[in-house]
Amino acid sequence: MSAASNEWPLFEVFIRARSGLEHKHVGSVHAADARMAIEHARDVYTRRQEGVSIWVVRSSDVTASDPGEAEALFEPAKDKIYRHPTFYAIPDEVKNL
Amino acid sequence: MNASAHIRYVLRLADTSLVLSQRLGEWVGHAPALEEDLGLANISLDLIGQARLLLTYAGELEGRGRSEDDLAMSRDQSDFLNLALVEQPNGDFGRTIVRQFLIDAFQMELYEALQRSKDARLAEVAARALKETRYHLRYSSAWLVRLGDGTDESQRRVQDALDDLWRFTREFFAADEVDEEMVRAGIAPSLAEIEPRWSARIDEVLREATLKRPADVRYAWHGKRGDHSEHLGYLLADMQFLHRTYPGASW
Repeated sequence: MSAASNEWPLFEVFIRARSGLEHKHVGSVHAADARMAIEHARDVYTRRQEGVSIWVVRSSDVTASDPGEAEALFEPAKDKIYRHPTFYAIPDEVKNL
Repeated sequence: MNASAHIRYVLRLADTSLVLSQRLGEWVGHAPALEEDLGLANISLDLIGQARLLLTYAGELEGRGRSEDDLAMSRDQSDFLNLALVEQPNGDFGRTIVRQFLIDAFQMELYEALQRSKDARLAEVAARALKETRYHLRYSSAWLVRLGDGTDESQRRVQDALDDLWRFTREFFAADEVDEEMVRAGIAPSLAEIEPRWSARIDEVLREATLKRPADVRYAWHGKRGDHSEHLGYLLADMQFLHRTYPGASW
């Protein structure tokens, strides 16, 4: 919005929706430090009861895979269908698998 | 117990939240960063939630069939009983933070004590408001420390705002006959008991923020008696004009 927000570093935000579930990436916020990032994440991403816990991590601390290496990294898994757990019957009661 | 004192007491709480909510709403679209825009709007929405519950209750106590909207949108300036601090203009972001910090610290102690009110409705509202106020105070304290202990300019700005707004804090603890009657009825806590706790919290945060506490003032404003600074009229004109122009309009 303004110069000030551009000067603040970017933080990636992860929210745990309910106890027992994992934290999921939901977006990012600008903030001067981690504490402010938690507050910004609370104000931006949990306005509608989306979460019970927040993680933030500086975006510059995230190491990403190289899209150029996607073939080498991910193609080999394509023809190994036997790795999928599709041969089990999942009981109806199990919601979060 | 004097019923009109009871209504006036509830209206003081309601109007303080309502007027502050309106002030914070003025920041929407203008805050220094998108994240702060939402932060201030969230606080504003908490406050309007409190005001709605309290105005509805005041209307019930009054028994003349006035709804929360009637009370918010159709009363004149001298009928508003908010503390004079909260009607003061936003100024820059630092001034807004100073105003917020001073009132958050007061509402923290007030709601904490009001949870034990003999008035079950007020106790219920206080318990809910206390959770919200804890976050408001966390937000305003954190910003006050950042700005006070920040650059020369940010420190100068928040110190100036503190020196200017401090004169409105006397009113928080200047008990009048309404306050005294509510204490006797077991509805409100004694303001004299709240003051040292408020003061200690203020000192603690100001120390961390490397700000100087201004000298205490004798004169108390009387916003809670309906005597306001020149700023409230403009705020109400902005807040009420639509309802007054198109009574009963809905969308």
